[in-house]
Amino acid sequence: MTDVIRTTVNITVNGREIEVKAGELLIDAAERAGEYIPRFCYHPRMEPVGMCRMCLVEVEGPRGATLQPACYLHVNDGMSVCTNSEKVKKAQDGVLEFLLANHPLDCPVCDKGGECPLQDQTLAHGSGETRFIEEKRHFVKPIEIGELVLLDRERCIQCARCTRFSSEVAGDTEIAFSGRGDLIEVAPSPDKPFNSVFSGNTVQICPVGALTAKPYRFSARPWDLEQVESTCTTCAVGCRIAVQSSGNRLTRVLGVDSDPVNHGWLCDKGRFTLDSIDQNPESTDVLSAATRITTPLVRVKGVLEPASWGEALGAASAILRDASATPGGVGAIGGASLTNEGAFAWERFMRGVLGTENLDAQFGDGLDPVLLQALTKATIDEAARAKTIVTLTGDLREELPILFLRLREGAVSGTSAIVEFAFGPSALRSLARVSLVVRPGEAHLCARSITDHADAPAGVAFSNEELLEARRLIGESGEGVVFVVGRPNFAEDPRVIENAIRRFAERYPDARFLVALRRSNVAGALDMGLGSQLRPGRGYDAEAKGLDTLAQLEALRRGDQKAVVILGGCLLGNVADVKGATAALENADVIAVTGHGGATLGYANVVLPAAIAHERSGTVTNIEGRVTAVTPKIVAPGSAWPDVAIAAELAEQMGQSIGLSSVEQTAKTIEETTGYPALSVMNDEVHDGAVVGRSDASSLRHALDPMAFPGIRSAESVGLASYTGAIVEERAQGSVHTRCATLEDLANAEPLEVPLADSYSLRLVVSRRLYDRGVAMGGSPSLHNLVKPTTLGLNHVDLDRLGVEEGAIVSVTGASGNVRLPVELNEGVARGSVEIVFGTKSATGEDAVAVLYDPTSVISQVRLESR
Amino acid sequence: MAMLDSPRIVSSRAQYADSYTLTRYLETGGYVALRKALTMFPEAVAAEVDAASLLGRGGAGFPAGRKWSMLRKAPVSYLVVNGDESEPATFKDHFLVERDPHQLVEGVIIAAYALQVSQAFIYLRGEFALGLERVQQAVNDAYSEGALGSKIFGSDFSIDLVVHPGAGAYICGEETALIEGLEGKRGFPRIKPPFFPAVTGLYGEPTVVNNVETMSNLPWIVNNGGAAFAALGVGRSTGTRLFALAGRVNNPGVYEIEMVKNTFRDLIYDPALGGGVIGGRAVKAIIPGGVSAPWFGPDLLDLPMGQDEVGEKGSMLGSGSVVVLDETSCVVRAAWRITKFFSRESCGQCTPCREGSGWIERAMYRLEHGGGRMEDMDLLLDLCDNIAPGLSWPPQQTTICVLGSSIPSSVHSAISMFPDDFKAHVLHGGCPHD
Amino acid sequence: MSHFQPDIRHRAEELIALYPRARSAMLPLLHLAQEQDGYLSEAGIEEVASLTGTTSADVRGTAAFYDMYHLEPVGKYVVGVCTNIACLLAGGEEFLEHASQKLDCAVGSTSSDGLFTLEETECLADCDKAPCVQVNHRYVRTTTPETFDTLVDDLREGKLDHDVPSHGTLIRVRRNGGLRAARQEIVDQRARSSAARAQRAEEAK
Ligand SMILES: Cc1cc2nc3c(=O)[nH]c(=O)nc-3n(C[C@H](O)[C@H](O)[C@H](O)COP(=O)(O)O)c2cc1C
Ligand code: SF4
Ligand code: FES
Repeated sequence: MTDVIRTTVNITVNGREIEVKAGELLIDAAERAGEYIPRFCYHPRMEPVGMCRMCLVEVEGPRGATLQPACYLHVNDGMSVCTNSEKVKKAQDGVLEFLLANHPLDCPVCDKGGECPLQDQTLAHGSGETRFIEEKRHFVKPIEIGELVLLDRERCIQCARCTRFSSEVAGDTEIAFSGRGDLIEVAPSPDKPFNSVFSGNTVQICPVGALTAKPYRFSARPWDLEQVESTCTTCAVGCRIAVQSSGNRLTRVLGVDSDPVNHGWLCDKGRFTLDSIDQNPESTDVLSAATRITTPLVRVKGVLEPASWGEALGAASAILRDASATPGGVGAIGGASLTNEGAFAWERFMRGVLGTENLDAQFGDGLDPVLLQALTKATIDEAARAKTIVTLTGDLREELPILFLRLREGAVSGTSAIVEFAFGPSALRSLARVSLVVRPGEAHLCARSITDHADAPAGVAFSNEELLEARRLIGESGEGVVFVVGRPNFAEDPRVIENAIRRFAERYPDARFLVALRRSNVAGALDMGLGSQLRPGRGYDAEAKGLDTLAQLEALRRGDQKAVVILGGCLLGNVADVKGATAALENADVIAVTGHGGATLGYANVVLPAAIAHERSGTVTNIEGRVTAVTPKIVAPGSAWPDVAIAAELAEQMGQSIGLSSVEQTAKTIEETTGYPALSVMNDEVHDGAVVGRSDASSLRHALDPMAFPGIRSAESVGLASYTGAIVEERAQGSVHTRCATLEDLANAEPLEVPLADSYSLRLVVSRRLYDRGVAMGGSPSLHNLVKPTTLGLNHVDLDRLGVEEGAIVSVTGASGNVRLPVELNEGVARGSVEIVFGTKSATGEDAVAVLYDPTSVISQVRLESR
Repeated sequence: MAMLDSPRIVSSRAQYADSYTLTRYLETGGYVALRKALTMFPEAVAAEVDAASLLGRGGAGFPAGRKWSMLRKAPVSYLVVNGDESEPATFKDHFLVERDPHQLVEGVIIAAYALQVSQAFIYLRGEFALGLERVQQAVNDAYSEGALGSKIFGSDFSIDLVVHPGAGAYICGEETALIEGLEGKRGFPRIKPPFFPAVTGLYGEPTVVNNVETMSNLPWIVNNGGAAFAALGVGRSTGTRLFALAGRVNNPGVYEIEMVKNTFRDLIYDPALGGGVIGGRAVKAIIPGGVSAPWFGPDLLDLPMGQDEVGEKGSMLGSGSVVVLDETSCVVRAAWRITKFFSRESCGQCTPCREGSGWIERAMYRLEHGGGRMEDMDLLLDLCDNIAPGLSWPPQQTTICVLGSSIPSSVHSAISMFPDDFKAHVLHGGCPHD
Repeated sequence: MSHFQPDIRHRAEELIALYPRARSAMLPLLHLAQEQDGYLSEAGIEEVASLTGTTSADVRGTAAFYDMYHLEPVGKYVVGVCTNIACLLAGGEEFLEHASQKLDCAVGSTSSDGLFTLEETECLADCDKAPCVQVNHRYVRTTTPETFDTLVDDLREGKLDHDVPSHGTLIRVRRNGGLRAARQEIVDQRARSSAARAQRAEEAK
């Protein structure tokens, strides 16, 4: 006999009986039934606090109808509610009047003016005349509480949305309420600015103009703005965003609540990097990431000179024709920053026109694409709800911040247990049930100690009990377990981590995997076939033979490969072996297709300017395989072209055709020839998210949190099919001849020679932080100050052992020389290791990774001298 | 005439200067009740308390026995004693913690045993530095006596008792705010439902919160039986109660008198109690039950001091405080000062309480100090109505806790009882008493 | 390095051990930090944050909720004069005015010699001795301007050092340790008593 659990109940709202979900909050139930209850503090993604009291409605009870807050009242069967009686109106008007008593009337100069729920409410309900004749509360005008956020305390209405976000969602409690009663204010700690990587969310959810974003402040008035819904491509999570511009100038990015992905949140890098996209006229040095490339460039007598498209394409085609005369003479590196359509076009060009299999969307900082394809995938939702989450990644808050928020949610609510393979500092540490600190070069051995019940490597920092607990949490078959896998250490041979991942995949058939690689559309580029043995539509061809990035660089150095096309992104800014890559580029003809300048252009013969984020249309695929659209909001600067056009014209120039003419037609071709979803994901008529006019007030009601603009419902929330993991494979399998790789396709793993540690050396961990000198940060005037100079992270045990003080400058010797760096105490670093952050520079401008990295060994080792 | 022949239940040791010491406590029957309770089943101890019909002494007057029995369905995890006493003009818990800390500790242990709780906390107002020392000393003594700790008095029952200092916030007397304070957070009252910490209290677990005086009654109840307690007083209001008498009387102080058997007049005028109004003046108003309570005029002086009796007349016995205003007292100033208190003590969560208290305070300040307008009285009443719609008793709420709905009490009372005083202030351009 | 002196640190650890969760020790720990520094210094706040597993923004925000914590340095003697209803009726406002003149500092500020901080307090629950005055949270029971003046002089001369310990020293009696029922014992007992209760309920039927 099974109990029938009722999932719906009936309630009466304003005399009308409606069916609602059992136990849901009255405010949500009423809203879906078309009765919008005003609110300020309630946010559907956070615990209700009932502070503003704006949502009072009359609820029938044993003692007659009483005023109750709808935001934390759960519906129950037979509940009778009135949202529009005189009593309700008086109470709500009373609350509004109280809120306005001390609120400054500075709407004309307030950033929030024009899109302020308090202003809207007041216009709709307020009496228009104030009865408050007392002196208003005064605070010193806006204070900078962090690098990106300003607080105007006078405007604060104490709704606790920002503080709840900080403690509940981000979990870092960098801001908190201070004081009591009407003196209560939001405050960071006086010595620690509010520099959470999630700080911008507080600005977006602030219902008034109390929190404002420095980069946006005073830059536009909301009624001048137009917005489109798009996908953030700053990292690979694929957060849904609204992109706003005033004319052809990007002004603001806001999070859109996508249920399976970002819940409306964004990281600050994604939110504020838009000034790296908007042309930055001050920067003209093509070697700088702050420079937008707006015109084709051709190297003439050693100098890159502006050229016409015709000249540039001519020069490029000459190089490619020459090089492709020799087998393996040409190849492409990169592609992760392209759209799927762009990647598809370049794939057709490289394979179809140049006949090369030397393709690799990654810069040697990722993972074996065949292994990735062979893994059974999990979605973000599945990972966040998994019984056990096993992470083999760097610090997720730094690499894929919103994925961190989603996984944190599961751990905090107690639904998931986290088993962490910790390679360096990590924000998940405090939430993990088990944290196995793994030293460089040992991940595969630690994995084996779980899968094969083998001994852990000697000298590890974790106990047998922890190992047993990890094993218990993973279980026998891995059912309900999601492995989140990435590339935690760039100074380590990728085969170490690949070996560990593969071991888990082979041992636990029921486990699923979420690939946490960070570069924007890396999943899409691989799915479009930008990798040897890969085929468009997530296909695999075992027969194909080609070179990956590191092998191509080697071939270029040897002269076996003559030319290389670099597809988006700065190669030299993204490899650990800068010396090796430089030598390769020096020895080759280089064609760079890019939107930004960078060190790589110092070696380019031809530079082809491409349209980038917010300037191009198409689709991208996120870490979980979800395909969503990117929508152009502004026109690319100068004469930059979309990638499809560049590839097509280049083919034309070489007397051939890739059969693609526009992004739309490319998208269609992808869908027709591979079954892989493309722009049709956005075609559904019901979806109002593609372009929403700011004046369209009715669209406000669609947003999950109407208090936080942009008032867009995400594609998913309007019921569009989502295309992830298995669905893509199914669709692709059905329509084309290629197949997906499986674990059996992987070559036998070769044994790895990990050098033994001697007591003088420390193993090097090169990890990622969100704020590095890449294009997104380095090119953004509002963000670049947040990048910290390189330090050497060490555990206190090693500090004591070596007799160095925190902050001391030490000399570190590695594979190709030494650098001087300040020491930072970081307990997250394993004993016997040092951590350096990739993509940063020392105070004297040196790239420490380039000096210390040892390309000849499985791990890099360094030595320290305190003088 | 006042009825003063009832037993001293909680203030029996007041006569001794060393009433707070263990020696004196043991000499005067200390820990007899606990030993007795330990020979009984826990349910039987709770049954005595139920039979006593002991109304909570913290303000809300909820029967302790009923509160405990709600919990018997789900075993209680924590017992928390509310010693935050900050309601203005209330000082009876202050008396108990300084003068008879052992009685409190014994009461707590008895309650813990009845509830089968092994972890109890006494949350004491931070400003009670001496009280904190005395209660901590009593706890230390109880540990060395074997009345606290593992297997107390050789029984099977273990209990740990922690004395927790507050830090200066009236709102932490509200039981859910108190729990927040005990969890190390700012004292924001929790949203209701759940209406009682009994459901989710400390650390989200079922918790009983009782007042210091409520606890202090337990040794007597166990020694003498619930029926003996219930025999005192009338109706729902049983036993004796401590009343803190303050204001314009000759002998302000804490008096233990039988419930209902005495009137406000008895308390104020009996020579053994208040001893009359200073200078023999007339009573202008009394504030029963703490400043959260609506005021009474002299016409209600003969009202018996019982929970229901006072409730029916639109106020409450509340925290057991009675403040007397005489004919020389300025009611506008009194009501202003009370609002100022609420404004300073509002936790700041709810808009009507946070902003309303400040607004009303400023308007009242103007009336008292000059700048008042005739229309201010209507404005004030309307603002009060926006905080506690209907201005009825017990008040309707627009706020999370009843601090908010208490704000209107004094302002509403003062304006409706003494409109002429307000008009005089407006016409005089400030307080005519100054 | 701990900002707390060894004895304070030791007491902090004792306090934390009293509670099921470290954060619960927040208020007593803040009293302790204030006892050492006289007010809540940045370093004290950080120490409490690390002891309770919170952040300094959180600790500071929590502390600022409570009147007894001072986020700025205060005088050795914090003099609190109540002006709430009972004291108001007994001339509390006038008394406060007198105190302000005697100490030569405005309400809410510290005397120029740094010895006294004067505060207007809410009801101190000693209303039968109105107007009520506390110095460092000790009742001093002076209700006339004259006795107040004597009090101030006595304080200046250190005559009351025993009764009125230096600011921040709230609880001089320490729990005399080692008596805490072991956590396991608490758990066992709960199981035992539920079982016994169930059995008795069964028997009663
Ligand atoms: C604003 C407010 C302040 C309160 N202050 C106190 C207090 O200082 N002491 C107290 O015992 N109860 C106080 N209470 C009542 C408590 O919430 C709770 O009802 C009481 O501690 C329960 O104990 P009892 O049942 O023994 O009375 C207060 C309630 C409110 C709403
Ligand atoms: S009514 Fe006042 S004190 Fe009570 S929770 Fe609301 S704001 Fe805080
Ligand atoms: S109290 Fe319900 S939305 Fe603020």
